[in-house]
Amino acid sequence: MNSIWTIARKELSDSLRNRWLIAIALVFAVLALGIAWFGAAASGQVGYASTPATIASLASLGIFLIPLIALLLAYDAIVGEEEGGTLLLLMTYPLSRGQLLFGKFLGHGLTLAFATLLGFGVAGIAIALLVEDVAVGALAAAMFRFIVSTILLGWGFIALAYMISVRVSEKPVAAGMALGIWFFFVLIFDLMLLGILVASEGKLSPELLPWLLMLNPTDIYRLLNIVAFGEGAQLSGVLSLGADLPIGANGLWFALVLWFVIPLAAAWALFRSRRI
Amino acid sequence: MSCFRLENVSYRYDKALVLNGVDLRLEPGEILGLFGHNGAGKTTSIKLILGLMTPTQGRVSVLDGEAGNSHISQHIGYLPENVMFYPQLTGREILNHFARLKGAPLSQVPQLLEQVGLGDAMNARVKTYSKGMRQRLGLAQALLGKPKLLMLDEPTVGLDPVATADLYRLLRRLRNEGTGIVLCSHVLPGVEPYIDRAAILTDGAVKAVGDLASLRRQANMPVTLSIEPANGTSALEKAIAGASAGSGLIIKKDDGRLQVDVRPSEKMALIQSLLNSGEVQDLGIYQPTLEDVYVHFIGAGGLAHRGGGQ
Repeated sequence: MNSIWTIARKELSDSLRNRWLIAIALVFAVLALGIAWFGAAASGQVGYASTPATIASLASLGIFLIPLIALLLAYDAIVGEEEGGTLLLLMTYPLSRGQLLFGKFLGHGLTLAFATLLGFGVAGIAIALLVEDVAVGALAAAMFRFIVSTILLGWGFIALAYMISVRVSEKPVAAGMALGIWFFFVLIFDLMLLGILVASEGKLSPELLPWLLMLNPTDIYRLLNIVAFGEGAQLSGVLSLGADLPIGANGLWFALVLWFVIPLAAAWALFRSRRI
Repeated sequence: MSCFRLENVSYRYDKALVLNGVDLRLEPGEILGLFGHNGAGKTTSIKLILGLMTPTQGRVSVLDGEAGNSHISQHIGYLPENVMFYPQLTGREILNHFARLKGAPLSQVPQLLEQVGLGDAMNARVKTYSKGMRQRLGLAQALLGKPKLLMLDEPTVGLDPVATADLYRLLRRLRNEGTGIVLCSHVLPGVEPYIDRAAILTDGAVKAVGDLASLRRQANMPVTLSIEPANGTSALEKAIAGASAGSGLIIKKDDGRLQVDVRPSEKMALIQSLLNSGEVQDLGIYQPTLEDVYVHFIGAGGLAHRGGGQ
């Protein structure tokens, strides 16, 4: 446990030193306040629209930004150590590969969690203070849900980045593959799903289709933040499939947790089987 | 307790046989030089001892335990070739990090940095370090936690002659305190005075092992005598031919001296009869150096041998 914390602590202090943590928090805060302030611009006025609309917009932007940040933060976790020659050295220390990987995950995961909490937390407080007659209770609940799901989504992509990082031997290759992952989950997946939907002309089992959304953590994340507002929520595009899902919010949370646990376990297995 | 013991160890990488039946051991208080051409199996041997890989065949025991076990690796210091470390951190921060991982007291860190001559630079970022300074940082890293077994891969790369001498003095002191040390280097004349035994690897097998005297015996290389004639070169040549042992090659040097190669077993007989003949003004005896012995065992294959990767 001590070794895991030693590794985590170095990652945390690195992200404080190179100002990653504060930069991410700042981006999140500006994003959240911008959306809160200009959220109603489409209807011709400036000002706070509503909590559900704000969270829905934040989640829609979040699926672009959060995977990207997580992948950038984590893609060189192992391959970076290898290029610097420190991976070989670390492996001669009383430190197992699992301890190294989980230490990295703890460090990167905490970095992302602190940045998210700080950025969106500050934005939430600012909204609560500055916007008149906003229901603070509902806002706090929605913000809390949004922040926790954002952290889980980020962890998922950190773990996906590790699956690359433990396997390739050059940093640029890892960066390219990380971008590929981002491209697939954020841009391609929904298009593919829509394509399948249209091409199948309704021949595919309608019970099966909504489950396909579970194959993409960003879809789970959006569902989680929009569906939570109940009947009035507008689901557009492929997300409308999600309305038919029989698993409810708890199921979605569980799926999002699985989306970081399974890739992390896979990264561990890949790392263990790799030759140094 | 042995520092390590390799018993009939073979290692296969994919289909290639990288190590083939290697027997090697190191006792505490001993410096072993590990030599060989690129791809001879030095790095593989080191990785097996460090527990980074397990042998395909044979047994590796380290400090009376299993290689790679965390109780064992705590007592091993390793200086790899070409470590860059973390350029954004200072030397002291890096050493603190590694000390925590090794379970060594943090109070050791400034002492070790002082000892390798980085006392003034310990609070500067490593990206400002020269190659020699990074090498010294790596050395301080290897010394964390007072290791019982120290493995150094090309430790003198980038070090100036004074720092190199300091390093060897330090190694000798550690050896006298009971540390077992493995030294991999291509700078053979540099390490020659400091190693107790040498192992020469070629193509994954130990070609020869022992102290320098026994390596010379195994190699059976001629000893070179450089002789200054007392009464002219031709008289001396006659004396050498008359000594019967003089089957060796005679070369005339520009400065009037004669250079004679003679088998080690015939060396004393030749010297004795030459001294008795009164034809010798001055005599120099040149034993084969570690480098000569190395070249002998590696063979004249030269560059052809050096093609392999690490």
